Amino acid sequence: MLAKRVIPCMDCKDGRVVKGVNFVNLRDAGDPIELAQRYDEQKADEVVFLDICATSDDRATTVELASRAAQELHLPYCVGGGFRSVADIRRMIAAGADKVSINSAAVADPSIITQAAAAFGGQAIVCAIDAKHVAGAGDKWEVYVSGGRKPTGIDVVEWAVEAARRGAGEILLTSMDRDGSCDGFDCALTRAVSRAVDIPVIASGGVGKLEHFAEGIVEGEADAVLAASVFHFGTYTVREVKEYLASQGIPVRL
Amino acid sequence: MIAIVDYAKGNLQSVYNGLCAAGAQDVRIVTEPVQIEQADAVVLPGVGAFADASASMTQSGQMQAVRQAIQAGKPYLGICLGLHMMFEGGTEHAPDAPAPGLGVAPGIVDRIPSKDEHGVSFKVPHVGWNTMHRGEDSACPLFDGIDQDEYFYFTHSYVVPSSPFTQATTTHATEFPCVVQTGPVCFGVQFHPEKSSDAGLHVLRNFVALAQQA
Repeated sequence: MLAKRVIPCMDCKDGRVVKGVNFVNLRDAGDPIELAQRYDEQKADEVVFLDICATSDDRATTVELASRAAQELHLPYCVGGGFRSVADIRRMIAAGADKVSINSAAVADPSIITQAAAAFGGQAIVCAIDAKHVAGAGDKWEVYVSGGRKPTGIDVVEWAVEAARRGAGEILLTSMDRDGSCDGFDCALTRAVSRAVDIPVIASGGVGKLEHFAEGIVEGEADAVLAASVFHFGTYTVREVKEYLASQGIPVRL
Repeated sequence: MIAIVDYAKGNLQSVYNGLCAAGAQDVRIVTEPVQIEQADAVVLPGVGAFADASASMTQSGQMQAVRQAIQAGKPYLGICLGLHMMFEGGTEHAPDAPAPGLGVAPGIVDRIPSKDEHGVSFKVPHVGWNTMHRGEDSACPLFDGIDQDEYFYFTHSYVVPSSPFTQATTTHATEFPCVVQTGPVCFGVQFHPEKSSDAGLHVLRNFVALAQQA
C-alpha cells in the first residue's frame, strides 16, 4: 500500500537553512545537506529545499546545492523558488534535482507547466500554490504569488485543476493563513484541492502538534504532509511523527 | 565497467552516485553504442517518456546495442522507464500505435488505471513509497537480504504487463509487476533504487556484485 509521506521542508537562503514565521523573521538552522541526511536517517520520505530569496539573488548557490544533494542524498528531493523559465528548470534538473516546484512563474505563464512536464515528465513538476482564505467567502481561497506578497484574484481550486490538466505531477499547497501559526493545516482548503484534482496533494503550513499531521491526512485528504520548524528545532523527529501516524492507522514507511 | 546509458541527455547523476555508493569501481555515463558494447554491465535509467526514449535510442543505435548486451548475457538493470523499455512496446506519448521497446519481455506498457476494481479513485502519478511483494517462489538475486514487503520509492504513471518474468508486485489501483527478471542477470525494477535510501542501496549493491562477477 502506498504510504503517506512526511516531508521536511528547508527554507534556504545563501545555502543555509532558515525558517520564517509568516515569511518574516528568519532564523538560521544549519546546513541543508546535513539536515537532509539526518532526516533520511529518521525515515523522511523526501525533502524540499525552498530557495526563499531566489527571485532577487543569484541562482548559482541553489544549483550548487541541488548538485551536492544529488551526490550525497539517496532519497528524493524537490527544489523550489525563483524559477522563471523552462531553461531555469532544465538547469536545476540537470544539476540533479528530482523535482522542481514552480509557483509565481506558473501563475504568470501557465504554459511553463505544460512545457516543463513535456520536457521532464510530470513527475518532476510540482505546482506550488500559496493560498489565503477569502474573508467572508466560505470555502474560497485566493492564490498569492511572490512569496505570498501579491494577491492574484485567482481561485485556488480552479488553479490547481488547471495545473493538473497542464501536466503537473503534484500540488504543494501552503495555507498562508496557517503558515507559522502552529494551529494545524487548513484541512478545508487541503480537502477542497485534493478532491478537485487526481494528482497527489502535499499539505503545508501550520503544523505544531502530532495530531495536526494526522488531521492533514485524514480530514484534509492529503497524500503527503510537509513541515519545517517542528523538525528543524527538534520538537519532533520525523520518526516520532511517523510512529504517531502509524498508531492512528495511517500507512507510513517506518 | 558498468555503462549507464544516456538516451535523453537527462539527469543521471543520482543513478551514477547510487552505483558508486554501492561499491561500483568503474561506472560511466555513455551515449555511443560502441561504449555499450565495451561494457561489462548495462544500466538503463528512467528518464522521460517511452516514445521519446524509443525514438532516441533507435536513432542513436543504443537500442540495438543494449539488446545485444542483454542477449550476450551481460548484467542489465532497467530502472523505471528502463524496465518499461524491456517490453515489446509502450503507449506513453505514442498516440497512434505503441512505440517499440527492446522486446526481451512480452506485452505493452500502458497507463495505470485511475480506479480500482471497486471503482475507488487512486492518484496518478503513483508517487511515493510503496511495498514490494515478492512471489512465493521468487529467488531473484537482486533482492538477497531484502525483507518481504520492503518499501521502495516509486514515481510513474505507466506500468508493465504481467508476464512469466514477474518476480514481485506492488499495488496501486491495480496489482502490477514492480520487479521483472528475464534472464539470470537481466532485471528491471519499477521503483528507483537510487532514491530508496538504505533498501535501495542494498539492491544496487546486489547488482554491482553481480556485475563485478561478470
